[in-house]
Amino acid sequence: MSDQHTNTSTTAPGERLIPIPGQTIGPFYGFALPYPGGENLVDRSHPDAVRLHGTVYDGHGDPVPDSMLEIWQADAQGRVSQEPGSLVRDGYTFTGFGRVAVDNVGHYDFTTVNPGATEDGKAAFITMTVFARGLLNRLFTRIYLPEDQAALDQDPVLSSLDPQRRRTLIAQREEDGSLRFDIHLQGDGETVFLSYPNHRLDHSA
Amino acid sequence: MAEPVVSSDAAANSQAEISADMQEIQRSYAASGVLETQPRIDYPPYRSSILRHPTKDLHHADPETIELWAPAFGQRDVHALEADLTIQGGGEPSGERMTVRGRVLDGDGRPVRNQLVEIWQANAAGRYIHKRDQHPAPIDPNFTGVGRCLTDADGNYSFTTIKPGPYPWKNHHNAWRPAHIHFSLFGTDFTQRMITQMYFPGDPLFDLDPIYQAIMDPKARERLVANYDHDASEHEWSLGYTWDIVLTGSHRTPTEDHTDV
Ligand SMILES: [Fe+2]
Repeated sequence: MSDQHTNTSTTAPGERLIPIPGQTIGPFYGFALPYPGGENLVDRSHPDAVRLHGTVYDGHGDPVPDSMLEIWQADAQGRVSQEPGSLVRDGYTFTGFGRVAVDNVGHYDFTTVNPGATEDGKAAFITMTVFARGLLNRLFTRIYLPEDQAALDQDPVLSSLDPQRRRTLIAQREEDGSLRFDIHLQGDGETVFLSYPNHRLDHSA
Repeated sequence: MAEPVVSSDAAANSQAEISADMQEIQRSYAASGVLETQPRIDYPPYRSSILRHPTKDLHHADPETIELWAPAFGQRDVHALEADLTIQGGGEPSGERMTVRGRVLDGDGRPVRNQLVEIWQANAAGRYIHKRDQHPAPIDPNFTGVGRCLTDADGNYSFTTIKPGPYPWKNHHNAWRPAHIHFSLFGTDFTQRMITQMYFPGDPLFDLDPIYQAIMDPKARERLVANYDHDASEHEWSLGYTWDIVLTGSHRTPTEDHTDV
């Protein structure tokens, strides 16, 4: 095999490798990535079932109908699941992962549980990845539960944001207990998207 | 310079106009002296990106507990036969039979073991099984273009499929995507999650394609191009490609669960 084009051959031992570039999910993922039950981390009949829902908007405030979202979260006790079975759910095991394609009006629904804090005193959040046609690389964000104000105030990410931007990361609790979390890719109320600094060259634009 | 916002399906511009825009962006990138190995998310030649990219900088965060783990997938999730896209219909799909194999590594060169790899692609004629795909090329009843596998203990993945065809799209007039296979990847940390596209060596459409050209560094673009590997070809059966996948670095140390950086 020619070494000239392999990804791993040009870096000295001990040096970190350069990650390959991302590319857009494009328009045609619908027949491939979403799968039955992907949006149900627990069954709707689960006693602690919570609806997490919202809409993805573009820079004109129009809904984005071709976006796919993934969530990954701890269970209600703050435990991180390492159980397989997210793609073929058994209806009992909490795997912590969900995937959903938004509908024709850009809306999504997950059924899950409120995640517990993974450490005492920490703010509880769900992590989310956003993909869309037109989005050249995936975006990461966090969905914080709104209740524990003291923990939210001490959270290092939230406290480094001005109040208006910070609000975009905190879900709203609706009267029926649902969590509402809209995603604004651009424009008014643009959602805060995250990068992880020691991911070298993660995004330099 | 403000770009006029046009519908992404308007196909209003010519290839020459799009190519001139791409060259101008590449020129100013080259003059900047900054290395950019990920695609720009603000890249107007890709028309549908105009209203769909954040305008504010990504906010730097230290990954915390849940972000330092990735979901686990196993035999329950993926059947071994799902790695062969040529046996999913009632007969043989049309086109060039091929294999693509490689390793999934993290940014420190460690194999990503027992992790999910998903692919999807057009058929040999450049047509997807998708209602939005109205390209008047034949659907292949023996080909869905969807595959999955789990990496092995050394991070190896392997798929058997049909070489996808290039296909037209409506970004601009007479726009054609280079042939590609979409790849969806997980690492050991959720922060490594990514989706990308694998291309084929020597494609004449590379210079014309705003999705590929949104990656500024030419070496980084080439990391998405598989190698033709004659040792991976099989006598009277299939052509072989190899393509290694490097994800971002893992934050989690192998022995500790807390972030150490
Ligand atoms: Fe495609």
